[in-house]
Amino acid sequence: MSAKIPKPTALAKPVQLPERIANVEQVRSVRTPISLNYDFIPGQAAQAYLTAFGEKRILGQRSPVDGAVFVPPRGVDPRFGVATTEYVELPDKGHIGSFCVTQVPIPGRDDLELPYISAWIFLDGADIGFIGLVGECDTADCRIGMRVEAVWKDDDQIAQTAENIKWWRPTGEPDVAFDQAGGRGFAARQAARADGTGHASQPNSANPASQ
Amino acid sequence: MSANATGSEASSAGESASTTADGRLRADLVLEYPFNRTTGEIIGAFLTGLREGVIYGVRTSDGSIMAPPTDYDPNTAEPLTELVEVGPAGEVKSWTWCAEPRRQQPWNHPFAWALIRLDGAHTHMLHAVRVASPAEMRIGMRVEPKWNAERQGHICDIAYFEPVAG
Repeated sequence: MSAKIPKPTALAKPVQLPERIANVEQVRSVRTPISLNYDFIPGQAAQAYLTAFGEKRILGQRSPVDGAVFVPPRGVDPRFGVATTEYVELPDKGHIGSFCVTQVPIPGRDDLELPYISAWIFLDGADIGFIGLVGECDTADCRIGMRVEAVWKDDDQIAQTAENIKWWRPTGEPDVAFDQAGGRGFAARQAARADGTGHASQPNSANPASQ
Repeated sequence: MSANATGSEASSAGESASTTADGRLRADLVLEYPFNRTTGEIIGAFLTGLREGVIYGVRTSDGSIMAPPTDYDPNTAEPLTELVEVGPAGEVKSWTWCAEPRRQQPWNHPFAWALIRLDGAHTHMLHAVRVASPAEMRIGMRVEPKWNAERQGHICDIAYFEPVAG
C-alpha cells in the first residue's frame, strides 16, 4: 500500500528575504555558550578523598546499613539516607564494569586522542564504579570484566585534584565473570545477602584478586 | 594504540586550586556548555540583519509586527515569512536597574535592562540601556541603538541602547 502522505504545507512557504540582506551570506548558526562558575569547596568526605588522592591513595566509605563501599565517598549512603563515616582504603586495581568508545571530539578536550575509551572502573572492594579512561588497550580488546590498574601521573604532577590518574591499563589477569562484573556483581551480592547466603562484610568478593 | 589522554572529570580551564583560611581545599570550577545553535530562516535573517546594521521584525497572521521575530505565529502556529524593517529607535516600555552587574553582562558598572518597543513593532525587545543612574530612566523615553563597528550576526552587534539626544 502506498497511501499518499500530504506534504506539510505549513513548512512549504519560503521566507522572502528583504533586498538589503538578500545577497549577503546568511547567518545559519550562533554561538551561545553557557558557563557556570563555581567556587568549589568540597564537603568533609570529598576533602578526605582529595587529600588522600594527593598521596596516591584512594579512599571510599562503607555503608553502615549493608557494608556496601562507595568511591569516591560522598558522606552518605544515598539509598538509605544515612551518613557514612567509616573510611576504606581501596587498591588502584579493579575491573571494567561498563565502558564507552568515543569517536567524536569534545569541544575543549583536544588532549583526548580519538577514539578513546571511558569506563566505570570497579575497584577491588568497591560496590560502585569509579570513572576513568582506559589506555594501552585497543578499543576492540576492551571488554566488561577486564582487569585493569591505574597509571598515575608522575609524582611531581600529583595534586589534590581528580586528575591524578592518567588512565587505567589492562593487567592481563583473568577477567571477572560477566555476571559478576560492575553493577551486575553488586546486584548479585545484594541478592545473596537477601538469601542469607552472602557475605555483606566482603563486598565485591567475586574478584579473583580478592579471593 | 596507546591512549594519549589526561584528566577524568571536570574541565580544568581556568582552574585555580588553593586552600581556604581554615585549611580546607577549594578550587575554581567552570562548567561550560559550548552550544552552537542553528538559527532557522527567520532568526537567521534577523541576525544577518544585525550584522548589516538593520533590525527586522516579522509580520504575524493578524498583521502586527513582532521584533525580534519568531519562526511561527504565537497564536495560530502558522509559519511566518514576511520580514519587516523596524526601528532602529524605539520606546522604553519597562525597565529594571542592574546595580551589581555579573560576569558576561555588558558592563562592570551599573546599567539598565529595558524592554524596548522598536518603531513599527508591536512587541518588545530586551536590551541594555547605557545611562549613569536610574534617575535617567523612565517608561516612555526614546532610545536608539549604538552599533558595534565589527559585527558578526549576534544580538550583541547592538552594543547597547542610549537615550535619543534632545
